[in-house]
Amino acid sequence: MSTAAAVILWTGATFYAIFGGADFGGGFWDLIAGNPEKGERPRMAIQRSLTPVWEANHVWLIFILVVLWTAFPDAFSAIFTTLYVPLMLAVLGIVLRGSGFAFRKSVEGLSERRAAGATFALSSVITPFFMGTVVGSIAAGNVPAHGNGDAFSTWLQPLPLFIGAMFVATGAYLAAVFLVGDSRRAEDHEMELYFEKRALAAGAVAGVFAVVGLVALHSEGHYVYNRLVHEGLPLIILSAVCGIGMLVVLLTGGRLLLRPLAAGAVIAVIWGWFVAQFPYLLPTSLTISAGAAPDATLSAIFVVFGAACVLVLPALALLYFLAQSDMLEHDH
Amino acid sequence: MPGLDAIPLAASATSNLLAAREQMAFTLGFHIVLSCLGVALPATILVANYIGLKKDDRDAIELAQRWSKAMAVTFAVGAVTGTVLSFEFGLLWPHFMERFGAAFGIAFGIEGLFFFLEAIFLAIYIYGWKRLPPWAHFWSGVPMFVTGIGGAFSVVSANAWMNQPQGFVLDAAGKVTEVEPLKVIFNPATPYEVPHMILAAYMVTGFLVASIYAVGMLKGRRDRLHRLGLLIPLTIACIATPIQLLVGDTAAREVASHQPAKFAAMECIQETGGHQTEYIGGICTADGVKLAIPIPDLDSLLVGFSPGTKVTGLNDIPNDERPPVNTLLHLAFDAMVGIGSALLLLGLWLLYSWWKKRDIPQTPWFLKAVSVSGIGAILALWSGWIVTEVGRQPWIVYHYMKTSEAVTDANGIWGAFIFTLLLYAALGTIAILVLRRMSKRWREGGEGTAEEEPSPYSPEVRV
Repeated sequence: MSTAAAVILWTGATFYAIFGGADFGGGFWDLIAGNPEKGERPRMAIQRSLTPVWEANHVWLIFILVVLWTAFPDAFSAIFTTLYVPLMLAVLGIVLRGSGFAFRKSVEGLSERRAAGATFALSSVITPFFMGTVVGSIAAGNVPAHGNGDAFSTWLQPLPLFIGAMFVATGAYLAAVFLVGDSRRAEDHEMELYFEKRALAAGAVAGVFAVVGLVALHSEGHYVYNRLVHEGLPLIILSAVCGIGMLVVLLTGGRLLLRPLAAGAVIAVIWGWFVAQFPYLLPTSLTISAGAAPDATLSAIFVVFGAACVLVLPALALLYFLAQSDMLEHDH
Repeated sequence: MPGLDAIPLAASATSNLLAAREQMAFTLGFHIVLSCLGVALPATILVANYIGLKKDDRDAIELAQRWSKAMAVTFAVGAVTGTVLSFEFGLLWPHFMERFGAAFGIAFGIEGLFFFLEAIFLAIYIYGWKRLPPWAHFWSGVPMFVTGIGGAFSVVSANAWMNQPQGFVLDAAGKVTEVEPLKVIFNPATPYEVPHMILAAYMVTGFLVASIYAVGMLKGRRDRLHRLGLLIPLTIACIATPIQLLVGDTAAREVASHQPAKFAAMECIQETGGHQTEYIGGICTADGVKLAIPIPDLDSLLVGFSPGTKVTGLNDIPNDERPPVNTLLHLAFDAMVGIGSALLLLGLWLLYSWWKKRDIPQTPWFLKAVSVSGIGAILALWSGWIVTEVGRQPWIVYHYMKTSEAVTDANGIWGAFIFTLLLYAALGTIAILVLRRMSKRWREGGEGTAEEEPSPYSPEVRV
């Protein structure tokens, strides 16, 4: 039962990584798109295709937090009393980014737009980076089960920092791939090429960080490393296959499989992490079952999760339908 | 386990306690105004939308459109400040969550679901202005109304549980071992805290929106749109007010029986006994209340409908279980009741004028009163939360866990608090500026401008 709750937790993390990650990545490309003239077209493309119908970030993040503190209160407390520095920095990024989202359509004038845009873009890098250090620190086994671990040495280590950088690169990679597909659909060859180059670069960088992270994991997180290269191996292979498949599709000009392959590469890594640290929630001091809330609480979470699937999915479908019909209207 | 190494930790925890409480109070106070709008604006918008469709009233439709666009901004900011609160549970009160998250946390799962649905339907409603048939569009907004109330119910039931905790079993170490989720959600404080807060949301929203149009009318904008923009929200708020006074009265009696320490502190009752005097205003001291207007026996009468009703005084509460700063609590309680009563009079004024001549009172004093009613309602809301939260101290979970046991040992909490103050000051300022600018654009652009107004949840503007 506690494992099922952990699966729900990781499901939330998966959604956050895909939707939130691509969103953060869009902010990253916005940040480095150059001066206003040079960056105008890519920024327009980012604005057009990556600003989602509904900013899913907050919801998936809140979902993760709620499941964590309700189903695994010990781990929640241990993580927050140890990694409060990166968590505060991540939430700062979330405040700035969310405000940028709330106000970006209402600001006028170039200087204001630039200020809002810069805030939005910069916070798009801060948030995934520090989230990554939190995940890296957990995977390295630096968070003690009783909490109150050192405020700095637990995450100012090669592995957490590499994972932070990998999060940023992965978001950038997802975003660039999505943007290639959109540019292709819009028959904007210049932008297609522009993001194709960036997708390749970001994919390569994310891949390098993943390999370096694996080396760091070998020295900093034995337990997770060992399971990752044994039990987690199929998922690592799947991730690599998706990554390489994506490259092939990208270079041959296909677009049907772009998104599933790009997302697949990321999803496989997240579940590889789950398998690698199983049965631990905090390797190697707190197991999923030892850290879990009473069964009745877990059942309540399952009921809420089930209700969410039944109620949210049709509502989202209606919203996407309306958004799509808007595009149809525009095309005619 | 108390040991030598607990001493420095305890020292930092004391300092952290004040900083953490201040930060929680400040961020919650900021968020709760936005939450009120999220709970009660949907109904306000839908009423305008309904009138617009039923009577083919273009002004009403215009108002519904404007309010939905304004709501998108406040909702998006509220999502941010709500996320901050979620982090604060862990950053400020990790030991509370560690011990009671398994019980306390459940309601937030339900709230998260309602929040998500409200966000989706807000976006659908905003998209739908141009893309759905008018009545289908109206009905697409109704889920916002339901989810707003559902969300308020879940969150406030969690707070009610902190006041009247039940539905769990603790082991020897004080950890939750068994949970009955329904008992957690439907605890004894839920029946009065939840309606009290939902009605407060309708009052804050109604008076606040009405006050914006009252200011406009005082500036000479006396067109039909302004009149309707004043009347719709004001009517909603004025219907909520008398019900609120009844619910509040019941809530106070429940508090007197459930949490005598809180009640004694908010009414400045020093000695247990019958024939308690009701003090209006004043300063609470150990020798009684100074500078107050005393009304003999009224307090006992309000608690038990008879002047002889025995009410617990602070003398029967152990020193370390008394809420701090009684004067603040007492004045906050009086401010809430006083403002609520003044708002009731405002409603009666409107009712009388409407009954006599089917119009709002013509004197500018009425508009002036309405123009401060929004701020007044917010002050009453904050006062009410001060009574609830400070009055529960020193407990975070009433009679189970003290706030001082819950607070983090982390360093830098004061710094984080000051930084948060600055950040929120900027956030609040920008939010108000953005809303004012939207309103100016609409005023200058005339009808149809609001329809084109971009908002966080609206389709991209295509050029």
